[in-house]
Amino acid sequence: MKNFFIVFLILMIVWVLLNNTFQPDILLVGAVIAFFASAFLCKRCELFADMNFTPKGIIYTIIFLGVFMIDLIKSNLDVTRRVLNPALPIKPGIVEVKTKLKSKFARMLLANSITLTPGTLTVDVKDDSFFIHWIDVKDEDVKVASKEIVEKFEKYLEVIYG
Amino acid sequence: MELLGAIVTLMGSLVLLVASIGLLRMPDVYNRLQVGTKATTLGTILTLFGLLILMPGWWGKLILLIFFVMMTNPVSSHVLARASYFIKIPFTDRTVVDKLKVSSKAQKIEYEEK
Repeated sequence: MKNFFIVFLILMIVWVLLNNTFQPDILLVGAVIAFFASAFLCKRCELFADMNFTPKGIIYTIIFLGVFMIDLIKSNLDVTRRVLNPALPIKPGIVEVKTKLKSKFARMLLANSITLTPGTLTVDVKDDSFFIHWIDVKDEDVKVASKEIVEKFEKYLEVIYG
Repeated sequence: MELLGAIVTLMGSLVLLVASIGLLRMPDVYNRLQVGTKATTLGTILTLFGLLILMPGWWGKLILLIFFVMMTNPVSSHVLARASYFIKIPFTDRTVVDKLKVSSKAQKIEYEEK
């Protein structure tokens, strides 16, 4: 039931943003279509089942988005510096990091965020390990690499997805 | 207002220019993907954001576009990197470590996929 409401809400938001209006007839058409789409096509949408909809979870979601945007800009400046430097200062390699997250959706968010942070790209995921292509390998050790890459996002995702 | 929008759009284009230079300069597939993901994301977001300042009436669609770019871009580069790894596209000579090769689980998956 919770999944149904979340999917319905997302479809409605997309519909309103696309139409860019709050006229009642358009809203009604959107609501009917969104209701049937989420009722029939989403019997096993388990993606959002483990999200905490408490005030703390919502506040941490906003903080996470802020941290993510700052990191996105930092990563771009870092990559720009490397590309424009005549010596091309890269030291690439694939390192292994461990995550404590259990929820599938949280892991997807973590892998996506890693792909967008300074010089890191998720290549493969096996059980608890993420294999990450790092443009500037500072340390090959699993623990040090986990601390450098994963921890800054993990502490927020842990609260949001329990 | 128009000037601000133009400046933001110009910044986005500059980021995209850096991404294209990076594509030419980087030595192997994986490093090219790195540049491709990061610079393209910020470049697209800045360009769309500049458009948002110029045309405030389009905000709903533009925000949806920014959201879709942010969700799909990392997924596609992850899949490309994974595929290139498993069909054994070689690394550059400057690569220092490859933990995925050492992992026995990875070898098992590789065997199954043949």
